[in-house]
Amino acid sequence: MKIVVAVKRVPITGGKMVLTDDEQAIQTRHLGFTISPHEECGVEEAVRIVEAQGGEVVVLTLGPAEAEEQLRESMALGADRAIHLVSDEEWDAQATAGALVEAIRSEEPLDLLVFGNESADAGNYQVGIRVAYGLGLPVVTGLKGLAVADGRARCEQEVPGGRDVYDVPLPAVVTVKEGLNLPRYPSVPAKLRANRKAVDARAVERPAPTLEKLRLVVPEGQGKQAEILGNGPDAAPAVVDMMQKLGVV
Amino acid sequence: MPEAYQWPTSARAVVIGAGIVGNSLAYHLAQLGWSDLVLIDKGPLPNPGGSTGHASNFIFPVDHSKEMTQLTLESVRQYRDAGVFTESGGIEVARTEERMQELQRRMSSARAWGIDDVSLLTPAQVKELVPYIEESVILGGFYSPSVGIVDSLRFGTIARERAQEQGALAVFANTEVLGIDVANRRVEGIRTTRGDIETDTVVVCCGVWSPKIARMAGASIPLTPAVHQMIDVGPVPHFRDTKGVIEFPIVRDMDTNMYERQDGSGLEIGSYAHRPILHDPEEIPSNEEAALSPTELPFTEKDFQQQMEDALELIPEVLNDESVGIKYAINGLLSLTPDGLPLLGETPEVKGLWSAAAVWVKEGPGVGKAVAEWMTHGESEIDLQSSDIARFYEHQKSRKHVRSRAAEGFNKTYGIVHPAEQWESNRNVRLSPFHARERELGAAFFEAAGWERPQWYESNAKLLDEFGDRVTRREAEWDARWWSPIVNAEHLAMRERAAIFDLSAFCIFDVTGPGALETVQTVSMRQMGVADGKVVYTPVLSQRGTFKSDLTVMKLGDERFRVVTGGAHGMADLKWYADHLPADGSAQITDLTSAWTTLGLWGPRARDVLAALTNDDVSHEGFPFATCRTIEIDSLRVLASRISYVGELGWELYVPIEQGARLWDLVWEAGEPHGLVPAGIGVYGTTGRLEKCYRAFAFELDADYDVVEAGMAWGRVKTPDFVGKSAHVTHRGQDPVAVLCTLTVDDHSSRDGTKRYMLGREPVLSKRGESLLDAHGRRSYVTSAGAGPSIGKHILMSYLPPENANVGEELLVEYLGERYPVTVATNDSTPVFDPENARVRS
Repeated sequence: MKIVVAVKRVPITGGKMVLTDDEQAIQTRHLGFTISPHEECGVEEAVRIVEAQGGEVVVLTLGPAEAEEQLRESMALGADRAIHLVSDEEWDAQATAGALVEAIRSEEPLDLLVFGNESADAGNYQVGIRVAYGLGLPVVTGLKGLAVADGRARCEQEVPGGRDVYDVPLPAVVTVKEGLNLPRYPSVPAKLRANRKAVDARAVERPAPTLEKLRLVVPEGQGKQAEILGNGPDAAPAVVDMMQKLGVV
Repeated sequence: MPEAYQWPTSARAVVIGAGIVGNSLAYHLAQLGWSDLVLIDKGPLPNPGGSTGHASNFIFPVDHSKEMTQLTLESVRQYRDAGVFTESGGIEVARTEERMQELQRRMSSARAWGIDDVSLLTPAQVKELVPYIEESVILGGFYSPSVGIVDSLRFGTIARERAQEQGALAVFANTEVLGIDVANRRVEGIRTTRGDIETDTVVVCCGVWSPKIARMAGASIPLTPAVHQMIDVGPVPHFRDTKGVIEFPIVRDMDTNMYERQDGSGLEIGSYAHRPILHDPEEIPSNEEAALSPTELPFTEKDFQQQMEDALELIPEVLNDESVGIKYAINGLLSLTPDGLPLLGETPEVKGLWSAAAVWVKEGPGVGKAVAEWMTHGESEIDLQSSDIARFYEHQKSRKHVRSRAAEGFNKTYGIVHPAEQWESNRNVRLSPFHARERELGAAFFEAAGWERPQWYESNAKLLDEFGDRVTRREAEWDARWWSPIVNAEHLAMRERAAIFDLSAFCIFDVTGPGALETVQTVSMRQMGVADGKVVYTPVLSQRGTFKSDLTVMKLGDERFRVVTGGAHGMADLKWYADHLPADGSAQITDLTSAWTTLGLWGPRARDVLAALTNDDVSHEGFPFATCRTIEIDSLRVLASRISYVGELGWELYVPIEQGARLWDLVWEAGEPHGLVPAGIGVYGTTGRLEKCYRAFAFELDADYDVVEAGMAWGRVKTPDFVGKSAHVTHRGQDPVAVLCTLTVDDHSSRDGTKRYMLGREPVLSKRGESLLDAHGRRSYVTSAGAGPSIGKHILMSYLPPENANVGEELLVEYLGERYPVTVATNDSTPVFDPENARVRS
């Protein structure tokens, strides 16, 4: 079983986004970086499948030199190998898909290609689908459930009111969502092992962009809204009511 | 709007910062009777997002510093009282032999400060207490059963709410300070995002933000935010059955600068081993911008590689388990200062602006109480002189100095720091006019107050042959570190002929004006209404009659008194005098430290040397002891002061700083036929003064002991009023609870035959090995230690209970785990060398 998981280095933001002075990017001076929560579930799922059925998980990213951190994080979760397409430029979804297709071709034959449903920063929802079309593979998006056996994948896609189930022959492309599974935390030995592995780094050149980004805008929030449920012990029923609505009780 | 939330337009005091310090301080001020207090924080409550919010929250009480240990013990008492302290025990483990010796020092310090339940453990014993430790990598451990963890956020909340319940305190969260209004160098009010408050007292308890807040008022709080990394792993199978937060002792892996503590089902692993990562107080993210909190910054994994290996080596049973995952990892921010001590007290730049910053959770409540006392009574029960924010010189407040020393000190957090250890970073800032000559003479430079001072001179190595066996060597590397036998040889040369000393580090300031006499009279214990040209050595007391300082005052005229004090505490002394200037402006203070330099000339031949240089009368009758006058040497007009800290005939010679080099050369040339030698601070600060039993501030003299106990209650109490007078009179009228004695070491032989030499702060014990305790519960410990080359003995000073303070009494001193016999030589200020003081008055 060979699974390739694509990940993207994204900032971990707090409540407030601050833009750079030229409004072209988010100010990341105080921010840490990670892979999107969808992709974390993607890596976890791939690792679980290979743990059960044998094979290998390859993690792939297109990003700056620092994105190596995210590849090592993914290997600490259990991915076996990492491919780093190195570029400092900002790539749009179309160009990204093109570069990934080329890199993935060098890994064929493979059984499963996993993407996050959308990236946590740009949220274009396109790369997984574009790659699937570029490779001529079936693609199912928005997965909350996945089972792989006998050369086929049973995919559960979340829709309002329930789930649509698709049965797809492998090789196939899936884009997954947070909630697919509960990703593990890396152990110390796993981190030390991951840090010792070599990463296959390849320089890539961005093709001429066909999209021009004008600027980023932070939408006006609704402001802080606080609803006072009550005072003292009399507020208890309203609190219980709220907890039930939220589903925590 | 309920009254409690009404915005106050004025307040008795505003405390900025609701971390462990601000909350504790607000509570203690309320206990001391303050009302109309306001506590504000730009973050939310109960966790505004400062260092308290992510602190590791454990407390190890034993420290080599008496002050820090006292603050910690007081803090633990308060945490226990509030029901937020959980005892777990703690073990400092050693991986090296050098560390095993350091653990012995820990045992001694524990004993000296009254913590008796400690013990040294074998690796097997450590494993019994911490079953998941790998005993083969350690050599032993220092066990403190009273170590525990606290809920610092809960304590802060309890403290704050108690003050609110008393009606003394109004609290406003999510309120940011925008400015502090200052007029005539006094606080007038603050401006915030919610409105303004008129007040004359503001306390900055802002942790890593403190420098930014202080700058709004034009003051300086010299700390830097710095990272210390921590991760949390779990769930740990060993902790599955734990009830509560902690059951196993906390481990400090000293040699790797790391710690591991249980936190519920997880294990928190922290490190001070990584490269120093300093941040800027102006560039800390806001609560909204931060993903976790402003002081929980993104983890830089590459800085934790070695630490993961070290932790794995010590705790493989837990960490090799692949089901134990890393759940939390941060670069946590905390505050570091240039000398590693807190920043407490009223800022010297702005009256009414107080600092309570760079304080760890383990000292928080104690500091809150002490600073509240200081604000109320002008002094605190626990001596805070080493944390006094007034202690810094200008260059020490600079960004460069703060950052370089903080970075250097960071990796020594669990380090083995020798008592005489010198800083390496940012040296050569203050050079005396004698510096070039000293370099030519091979001076071994030590730093004090930023000044480079010769500790001894390598060119004096020839004196070792001259004095042969009379010069004691030290066999053990630790005893001989930051030391040279040349010090003892210089001492002998001085006592035989004469020596010159670089005393440029003196802090010198003039008190002038019609109100000058009133000022110095108020501050000094001794009579200042003296004739022109008189030099008075005087203690400076606190209200309760213990020591604030000791210094020398030269009366130069009815409206001019020149105060000379040691460099280490000079700036704090300057502030103390400034704070006691008359309110009518009839006296001023002028800092002359950088205007004058001082050369010390002492020894039996000192007069011969000086007489050869000047036509002025320097005979004993013509120039009496404890007087000063201007004499002419060559083309220099020199203020000569006939006093001596080394107990020899001689003078302090003061000239304008630009003439210092010339003075050195003149004295040097005149001294050659008399065998004059240059001598360092090793003699001036230790051997010379110990033989004369001269007390030193911060060693023998501090806020814990009074004048009578220190054996310095000479003559009558003067009639004019002075700070501490009534307490002092009371002390004179009662028997001292402790007596300052000088002891000599009888036998230096350790078990393996090496001769060992104490360095200071060791516990003094009875002949049967019991701790000596006075009626106030104070332990006897060595306040100063050093060689007495002229009497051929190693000298120690210590306060003893009166029943042991007898000349000839035989006691023990405990040094690095072994006991050595000592004998009381004097139980008052009678010197052990030249008891009649014949030399000084010759």
